[in-house]
Amino acid sequence: MATRGPDTGAGQAGARDDRVRLEDVQLTLGGRSVFRRLTCGFPRGRISVLMGGSGAGKSTLLRLVAGLLRPDTGSIQVAGEEITKLSERQLYRVRDRIGMLFQGGALLDSMTVFDNVALPLREHTELSERDVAAEVTRRLAAVGLADTGKLMPRQLSGGMMRRAALARAIVMDPEILLCDEPFSGLDPLNVRRIETLLQELNARLGLTLLVTSHHLPSSLRMADQLVFLIDGGAVPGAPQDLLRSRDERIREFLEAERIDFPAPAVAQAPR
Amino acid sequence: MTRQLRALGLRTLTSVGHLGGIATFVGDIARHTVRPPLRFRRLLGEIFDIGVLSLVIVCLSGLTVGAVLGLQGYTTLSRFGAENSLGAVVGLVLVRELGPVLTALLVTGRAGSAMAAEIASMVTTEQLDGLRMMSVHPVDFVIAPKALAMLIVMPLLNALFIVFAFFGGYLIGVKLLGLDGGVYLTSMEESITFSDDVGGTLVKSLVFGALVAFIATYRGYIAEPTSAGVSAATTQTVVIASVAILLFDYVITALWGV
Repeated sequence: MATRGPDTGAGQAGARDDRVRLEDVQLTLGGRSVFRRLTCGFPRGRISVLMGGSGAGKSTLLRLVAGLLRPDTGSIQVAGEEITKLSERQLYRVRDRIGMLFQGGALLDSMTVFDNVALPLREHTELSERDVAAEVTRRLAAVGLADTGKLMPRQLSGGMMRRAALARAIVMDPEILLCDEPFSGLDPLNVRRIETLLQELNARLGLTLLVTSHHLPSSLRMADQLVFLIDGGAVPGAPQDLLRSRDERIREFLEAERIDFPAPAVAQAPR
Repeated sequence: MTRQLRALGLRTLTSVGHLGGIATFVGDIARHTVRPPLRFRRLLGEIFDIGVLSLVIVCLSGLTVGAVLGLQGYTTLSRFGAENSLGAVVGLVLVRELGPVLTALLVTGRAGSAMAAEIASMVTTEQLDGLRMMSVHPVDFVIAPKALAMLIVMPLLNALFIVFAFFGGYLIGVKLLGLDGGVYLTSMEESITFSDDVGGTLVKSLVFGALVAFIATYRGYIAEPTSAGVSAATTQTVVIASVAILLFDYVITALWGV
C-alpha cells in the first residue's frame, strides 16, 4: 500500500488486490481542508478499521467511497471502477455492490423493520412476496432479530437498530460493506455482538469491510488493517505494527485509550 | 478590488449553481412522476396525509369565511338596497379569489410545513442517503409521491372550501338575516360562469398546489442536517410559499383576468 502524508513506516506493501483505493484525494468542506493528497487502499476480503480523532474525516472517507461526496481532486476506485466522474445514475450500478451501515441506522422511520429490510429486494429483484418474506426473515434471524419484523424503528433499542440496519445493508449480498461507527453508544455486550457479526460476515462471505471506530479494543480484535487518519492523510498498517509505532500522534491516541487501574490500598493487618 | 471581484464571482457562481439545482430537482420530480414504477400506495398515503388530514381545518375555515362574507356583504349591500345580490357577491369572491388563495395558505400551514419538516428530518437522520445507498432515488421514492399528491389534493380541497363557504354565507344571509333562499341561490348561479370563474379557480389552485409542492419538498431536500436545519426548512416553507401564493395570485389575475 502506498501512503502519503504522515509516515510511520508501517503497512507498506507492494502490489495488492485493493477493492477500494483512494489516490491523491483532496477535499475541502465548508472552507476546512479535510483531506490533503490522501492515498490509501483497502484489500479485498479484509477488515480495515479507520481510526482517528473527531473531525479527522473517518465518516467523510466512507461517504467518498460510497459516492455520497465527491472529492475536489484525486481518484477513487471502488470494485475496479473509477467513481469520481460517474453520474448519480451510474453510481447506482456501483452501489449495487456496496452495503452501508450508517451510524444512526438510517432506517426509514415510516416503515416497519421488515419493510426496511425488504425494500432493496422489492426494488431490485423479481422475487415473489413470499420469497422476499423468507429472505427477510432469514436475514433478521441472522442478526438476532427474528421477532422484530413488525416493529417500527423507533421501538428498537440502539443495538437492535444497528443490527436491523446491518440486516438491510447485507440483504443484497454486497461485496463491500461500509460501517460508520457501528459500536458508538452501545453497551459492551452489544459491541461484542456487532463485532462478532461483522467478523462472521467477513469470514463467511468474504466481504471487504471498512469500519470507522473509536473503540480501540474492538478495532484491535477485528482489524486486519488499521488506518489512522491524521492531518489530512492516512497512516495504514497491521494492528501490531501500529501499536509499536513511534509516531507521536498515534502513540498519543493509543495512550489515551489505555486503562490504568488505581493500585489497591494495602490493608493494615490487625495487631 | 480583486477580493470584491472574487466575492462577486463566487456569489454569481453560487446563484447559478443554486438555479441549476432547482432546475434539476424539478426535472427529477417530473421524470419520476411519469416514469415507472408508479408508487400508487405511497401516493395514496400522501393523499391521505395532505388531503384527509386537512379536511377539518379546510371545512371549518370555509364555513367561517363564508359566514363572515355573508354578514359583511349583507351589511354593505343593504346600504345600496342591493342585498338581493348577496349570493352573487359571495359566489364570485369565493370562486375567483378567496377559495384558492385561502385554501392554499391553509394547506401550506398544515401540510406544506409538515412535508418540509419530514423531508428535512430524513436528511438529518441520513434516511435519504440510506435510500441512495440502496440505489433508490430519494426523489422517486419520497419526493415525487408527495409533490403529485399535493397537486391532486389542492383543487379538491379548494372545491370543498368553496362549498362550505357557500353554505356559511347561506346560513347567515338566508337563515339569520332573512334573505330569500331562492334569490340567494339564483343570483349566485347566474353570476358564476363555468369557463371564466370555475376554470380560473381550477387554474389557480393547480398553480398554488405546484408552488407549495415545489417549495416544501425542495426546502426540505436541501436542509442542513441539523435540528436548526429542520426548523429553518419548516419556517421558510411557510413564509416563502405564502408570499409566492399571493404574488402568483396577482400575476394570474392581472395576466388572464381570472
